Amino acid sequence: MQILILLIQIAVLVAIVLLHVAYVTYFERKIIGHMQVRMGPMLVGWHGLLQPIADGIKSFFKEDIVPEQADKPLFLAAPIICLVAMMVSVAVLPFAKGWALADINIGLLFIFAMSSLASYGIILAGWASNSKFTLLGALRSMAQVISYEISLGLSLVGVMMLSGSLNLTEIVEAQGTSFFGMYIFSQPVAFFVFFVAMLAETNRVPFDLPEAETELVSGYITEYSGMRYAMFFMAEYIGMFVMASIGVVCFLGGWNGPFEVSIFPPIWFILKVYLIMFIFIWIRATIPRYRYDQLMAIGWKLLIPLTLGNIFVTGLVKASIN
Amino acid sequence: MPGSYLPSEYLAILLLLLVGIAFGAITLWIGKYFRMQRPYLEKLVAYESGNPPTAEPRMRFSVKFYTVAILFIVFDVEAIFLYPWALVYDKLGMFALVEMFIFIFLLLVGFIYAWKKGNLEWDK
Repeated sequence: MQILILLIQIAVLVAIVLLHVAYVTYFERKIIGHMQVRMGPMLVGWHGLLQPIADGIKSFFKEDIVPEQADKPLFLAAPIICLVAMMVSVAVLPFAKGWALADINIGLLFIFAMSSLASYGIILAGWASNSKFTLLGALRSMAQVISYEISLGLSLVGVMMLSGSLNLTEIVEAQGTSFFGMYIFSQPVAFFVFFVAMLAETNRVPFDLPEAETELVSGYITEYSGMRYAMFFMAEYIGMFVMASIGVVCFLGGWNGPFEVSIFPPIWFILKVYLIMFIFIWIRATIPRYRYDQLMAIGWKLLIPLTLGNIFVTGLVKASIN
Repeated sequence: MPGSYLPSEYLAILLLLLVGIAFGAITLWIGKYFRMQRPYLEKLVAYESGNPPTAEPRMRFSVKFYTVAILFIVFDVEAIFLYPWALVYDKLGMFALVEMFIFIFLLLVGFIYAWKKGNLEWDK
């Protein structure tokens, strides 16, 4: 019985996440379109509202090409690894009080573990395709993801020190309901580092080196087509959603808002997540891509010393208060 | 009671994992009967901007990727040590602060060494 209820919850969650992925691509194309003074998708449905559905159907019917030089089992499995790792991390997100599928006590650690697992999918995809572009893309992506994962992980240590928990629900509750209780005010440096690292972790502009179209075609997904390509795409957008949610939970007070909405409690959470997503897209429309050496220099020489300094200062301040 | 702990929260995660794998596998499997399947030689060779591929795709790559991986291991272990420290920081007080400062300082020495050695320079 319990399993049945869980399965229904999971089905609803997966459906919402997939719908979200579909419409965030629409959202992105529309916003970038308007920022570049064009209309974006307009033809399929009213103002192009059915465009993501049409894209999904199209990629479903596209030929699934497996290059003959590819390492077949790994090539076939890589997109599923990527997608599943990202999907599973959605389970621990608290959309509202008590609205988490699995309210485990090591929520943050679990999310880090899963995002590391997704990079296995990336490196397997790049290696198994057995093509120059994919191998280079995968290597770059790997080096980038592991470099920024350190600053991502360390930037949240400050939050953990303040809240004393790894459980996402408890982190939200530790911030209280007041506006200035949000950790973005007590941990501004951590938030800055987290935001930059988040862009790099999800391979977004200005850190989208792994898929830099101008030099690497599409990086590690060059050899993929059809539904498998779509799965990498889904994994990337679910990753964006998860990272934005972690930002909201750890720095922006989670589901707490200026007033309680009893009909639909996750409303504030979703609004904040979409605010961060909007900033992602805004940055994509505004900032040019970094060079690879600049990217690594930012990660290692700027962000890591900053986070370590942040931990020092947080520790000192907390000790002096006590 | 020790030993009787049932991680029921993880049941949901396990189920979600299975649902995710099933979603991926079933979508691809059902799609097999709908999508077109017309492979030919030109379509199946590795993409290289339209030219026939030259040389081996699994080429040698820069040693920097390895050094970055080693540095990552060091710092990731540091992060893992910092998490429990951060959680019990309030309880341990001054002792924890000094201890962790020494730990981070030792790591910083290694970090500065790697920096001075030029392992963080990608443009050289």
